[in-house]
Amino acid sequence: MMYWDLFLAFLISNLLGYGGGPATIPLIQNEVVNNYGWMSLSEFGDLLAIANALPGPIATKLAGFIGYEIGGVLGAIIALAGTILPSAIAVIILFKFVDLFKDSAEVKLMTKSVQPIIAVLLAVMAYQFFLTAFQSSGIIHLLLLTVLSFLTLIKWKIHPSLVIMGALIYGGVFLSGS
Amino acid sequence: MRLNPYVELSIGFARTGLTGFGGGPSTIPLIEYEVVKKYKWMSEDEFGDVLALANTLPGPIATKMAAYIGYKVKGGLGAIVAILAHILPSIIALIGLLGVLYAYRHSPIVSGMVLGVTPVIGFMLAEMAYSFYKKGHKGLGLSKMIIFTVISFVTMQIIGIHPGILIGAFLLSAFFIARQKKKAAKTTEVIIERKEKSL
Repeated sequence: MMYWDLFLAFLISNLLGYGGGPATIPLIQNEVVNNYGWMSLSEFGDLLAIANALPGPIATKLAGFIGYEIGGVLGAIIALAGTILPSAIAVIILFKFVDLFKDSAEVKLMTKSVQPIIAVLLAVMAYQFFLTAFQSSGIIHLLLLTVLSFLTLIKWKIHPSLVIMGALIYGGVFLSGS
Repeated sequence: MRLNPYVELSIGFARTGLTGFGGGPSTIPLIEYEVVKKYKWMSEDEFGDVLALANTLPGPIATKMAAYIGYKVKGGLGAIVAILAHILPSIIALIGLLGVLYAYRHSPIVSGMVLGVTPVIGFMLAEMAYSFYKKGHKGLGLSKMIIFTVISFVTMQIIGIHPGILIGAFLLSAFFIARQKKKAAKTTEVIIERKEKSL
C-alpha cells in the first residue's frame, strides 16, 4: 500500500507539473508534506536546500531521496518510476506524430494557462520558508540572508551551491545558539 | 575512435547530470552539446524538435530528453542507460549528504546550519515563482495573468482545493478556448471568401 502511495504521489505531481522539474517542487511538497505527511515542511526544506546544492535534475533527486527514506531502495525505484516513466514513454511514442501538435494552438495555450498556478504555489512555499526563518532566527538574520541571497545569486551570479554552502557556514557559526 | 554506444550514452548523460546545476531546464544546453556536437546522435534541428515536443508534455524535462535520445541510439535499453546515468550520481550523493546531516540533526551547529539556509531556499523559491509569473505575463497578458493568479490563490489557499483539480480545470478550458478560437478564425475566412466571390 505504501509503495502504491509513493508511486501515486510522484505520478500525480509530475503529470501536473508543466514547465520541467522546478514546476513540480510545490506539487511534490503538497503530496509529501500536506497529503501523506511523510515529512515535515522543515525537513522538506532541508532536503530542498541540499538538493539545490547538488547538480542534476531536481525532480528525480527529490523522488530518489524521499522514496529511499520511506521505502528503502525499492521505494526509491518506485518513486523514480512514477516520476520518469509516463513522460519518458510519452515522448518516445509521440515523437512519431510530432508535426501534429508541435505547433498546435491548444497545447501552447494549455502550457501557458498553468503558469499562474505554479507561480502561486511557489510563492506560497517561499512565504512559508520566510515565516519559518522569521520565527526561529528573527528578522535581522532573515533580512540579512535574504539580501545576501539576492546580491550573490542575482547581482553577482555566484554559483547556487557556493551560496548554499556559505549559508550553511553562516548558520553553523551565528545561529547555532538559537 | 567511437566507444561502445552504451558507454558513450553513459558518459554523455553522466557528465551532463553532474555538471548541470539548477535543475533540468538549465541542463538542456549541456545535453545539446553532448548530443549534437560531441557524439552527433542527432542534428541541431532534430534536437530542437524533440525539445519542443518534450516541453509540451508534463514532468521533468531532462529525463524526457534522455529517454528519447537513448531510445534513438539504442532502443529501450539505451533509454534506460541514458536516464540512469543522468540521475543516479546526484541521487546517491544526496542520500549520503543528507544521511550525514540527519545523523547530527540534534547538534546545535547542524540546526544552526539548517536555519541559515532557510531564507536562501525561500529566496530561491520566490525567484522561481517570479520567473513563472513573468512567463505567464508574457504569454497571457497582464490582465489575464492577474485574474488567473488571484483565482489560483483563492481556490488553493483559501478554499483549499487540490492543485491537481485546478490544473486539470485550467488545462481543459485552455484546450477548448484554443479550439473555439481556431473554429472562429476558420468561419471568418469562409465568410470573407464568400463575400469576395459574390462581389
